[in-house]
Amino acid sequence: MGNWIINHGLSAFILVVWMGINIFLFVYYYLFYDQGPQFEYTRELLGSALPWARAPAAVLNFNCMLILLPVCRNLLSLLRGSFICCGRTMRKQLDKNLTFHKLVAYMIALMTAVHTVAHLLNAEWYTNSFQGQYGPLAGNLSMLDDSSELKTTYLNPVRSNSTTPTLLVFTTIAGLTGVVITLALILMITSSMEVIRRSYYEVFWYTHHLFIIFFAGLVFHGAGRIVRSQQVTDPPHNTSFCEDQPENWGKNPECPIPQFAGGFPQTWMWVIGPMIIYLCERLLRFIRYMQPVSYRKIVIRPSKVLELQLVKPGFKMAVGQYVFLNCPAISQLEWHPFTMTSAPEEDFFSVHIRSVGDWTEDLIKMVENLPEGGQGPKMAVDGPFGTASEDVFDYEVSMLVGAGIGVTPFASILKSIWYKFKDSDPKLRTKRIYFYWLCRETYAFEWFADLLQVLEKEMEERGMRDFLTYKLYLTGWDQSHVNHAMVHFDKDTDINTGLKQKTSYGRPNWDKEFEQVRQENPSSVVGTFLCGPQALAKDLEKKCVKYSEVDPRKTKFYFNKENF
Amino acid sequence: MGKIEWAMWANEQSLAAGLIYATGGIVGVAGQFRGWQFAAFGIAAGVFVCLLEYPRSKRGKGTSVERTGQYCFTVCVNAFGPLTRNYYVRAFLHAALCVPGGFMLATVLGCVCLGIASLIYLSAAIHGEHWEPILPRTEPPKRVGDSIKEPPQNPPPRPPPELRRKKADKLETAAYDNPMSVTVNE
Repeated sequence: MGNWIINHGLSAFILVVWMGINIFLFVYYYLFYDQGPQFEYTRELLGSALPWARAPAAVLNFNCMLILLPVCRNLLSLLRGSFICCGRTMRKQLDKNLTFHKLVAYMIALMTAVHTVAHLLNAEWYTNSFQGQYGPLAGNLSMLDDSSELKTTYLNPVRSNSTTPTLLVFTTIAGLTGVVITLALILMITSSMEVIRRSYYEVFWYTHHLFIIFFAGLVFHGAGRIVRSQQVTDPPHNTSFCEDQPENWGKNPECPIPQFAGGFPQTWMWVIGPMIIYLCERLLRFIRYMQPVSYRKIVIRPSKVLELQLVKPGFKMAVGQYVFLNCPAISQLEWHPFTMTSAPEEDFFSVHIRSVGDWTEDLIKMVENLPEGGQGPKMAVDGPFGTASEDVFDYEVSMLVGAGIGVTPFASILKSIWYKFKDSDPKLRTKRIYFYWLCRETYAFEWFADLLQVLEKEMEERGMRDFLTYKLYLTGWDQSHVNHAMVHFDKDTDINTGLKQKTSYGRPNWDKEFEQVRQENPSSVVGTFLCGPQALAKDLEKKCVKYSEVDPRKTKFYFNKENF
Repeated sequence: MGKIEWAMWANEQSLAAGLIYATGGIVGVAGQFRGWQFAAFGIAAGVFVCLLEYPRSKRGKGTSVERTGQYCFTVCVNAFGPLTRNYYVRAFLHAALCVPGGFMLATVLGCVCLGIASLIYLSAAIHGEHWEPILPRTEPPKRVGDSIKEPPQNPPPRPPPELRRKKADKLETAAYDNPMSVTVNE
């Protein structure tokens, strides 16, 4: 139990607070509309469908405000920077921004469903009231019209016998905007399903921009002021006394004709802040788009990996951060994220791009056809944006796990270590690093093996062999690998990588690894960093919880995952 | 968007549309709205669309991910052959099913969503896609080298008898004696 608190406590707390606010808003506004005396006559027409529509509306206001914030990456980077004083647990929460975004989206979808169903009922009840199906009081209330000669204001938005619920919805601002934004929401959700997002990213990216229509419609949704409440008149109209004698309204001095007015639209007050912040984010991206970026070097590595070394004036990065790249020659509107593989101490920044989809393939093809030594296609860079890898030097002991191409942020970290060592940087709190690289095929090793070879030599020269312990795992081995290994078993260096450290075959036994780390570092705080598949993340997270002790004198493991 | 398989998105959209259509229908019938007959149709159409769309098609490229428990649906849908394989048929079917929903407020949203799904299916059909069932692999992977464990059934191949026969005039240098006569005319 204690281990769970260490690793998930703050997330659980934030979820509880968020859910608590949702529940409070729902109940408060439900009671406000269910029991408020100014809605007594509205409830006469609509029954409990009124509070059932208004309560989710309040929850929707709150969540639509929240949904834009987790994707304001520059804001998150700013917060991350200002939390340096408050400890890494706070900053780790910012890594889960996409999870929170999805959670808020699900809540919006659920509340939209409740809100829409309640309004379907409302439209029907309003129409029925006008046609006199609910008795004399409802009928008289519905007959009230907006008239200055009779000094009346209307309550029922249905104003004529020929109005059907469908017509009511499509001729009011609230109804029309409601249908449009619900449609936009549905399209956004279906195109964000995991299947579509992972395989056809462009569909997800372009369709998700329907959020512009969503927010535009949302802001104007209440402009028609269709929810009417009773106003205080002089002399006052006592509902409990007057509701039994609607025919006497206006004639009896105790029962003047009740006056109604629409509620002031409030949604814009909730969402205007985040909308402006998000607008600033996109503006910042556009400004960065205009800034010139030049190529220092372009290398096409084996296994179709493209390395680009870029220079941008005024660009400062930290270890393990990522950037968004846009190549107008391939697509004007697409921005794709890539982790940087260079260290902050270098005077350029580099990315290693693997061929995974349309955009990356087009880029590699374009670069292959370049003349020798020529400049690459115009590239725009947005970022850098922070990830968990920034924290790696704060932990006394770090376990870095990279699977396949997920090793890229750690390339940046290891390079940075090398530079920090050369300069004897006192900021380096790390005493030991354990690096695990899992890869399926041998031919993906080359571009990283060079770096490891250099580090191996450096560590040996400085007598710091214990500082970096790295283990390589070839998970896609078969009989030919075994044969090859058998023949060369007595060679000094590894046959796959040329490194002194031999490659292991198969997946690592994490229990053994965690046990070894715990034994070698008895009272340290160990940070585990992963860039790789979800299944591995679950595995490592479980092991971190399993091997952590609440006792501050014993080892504690913290899990950090990176994803885009 | 070169490699997009439109059918994948159309499938998600139509599944959602079916659910919305059915929900709107339930509200319309339960609330006894005017025009509840359209709502009743909406329930039936929505449920039918959900059943039809639940089994995901096999992807043209890449690994296909099944929905939980979709195997029995796959078998049922597959049984209709070209009616369910062809996306033109699906596009027109969805377009036809969505029309009655437009006559009543509760089902209007389902109608529009199903209409959009129908358009995406049309796009998929124009791009030449079709529905392929995801069926479990029936043959086990072949194991190499099993026959090595058994003793050989046949003797090793030998050259034909004419070549095996020693020449009669070279008997002195022969390595062995012929146990039986090997000359032709004896």
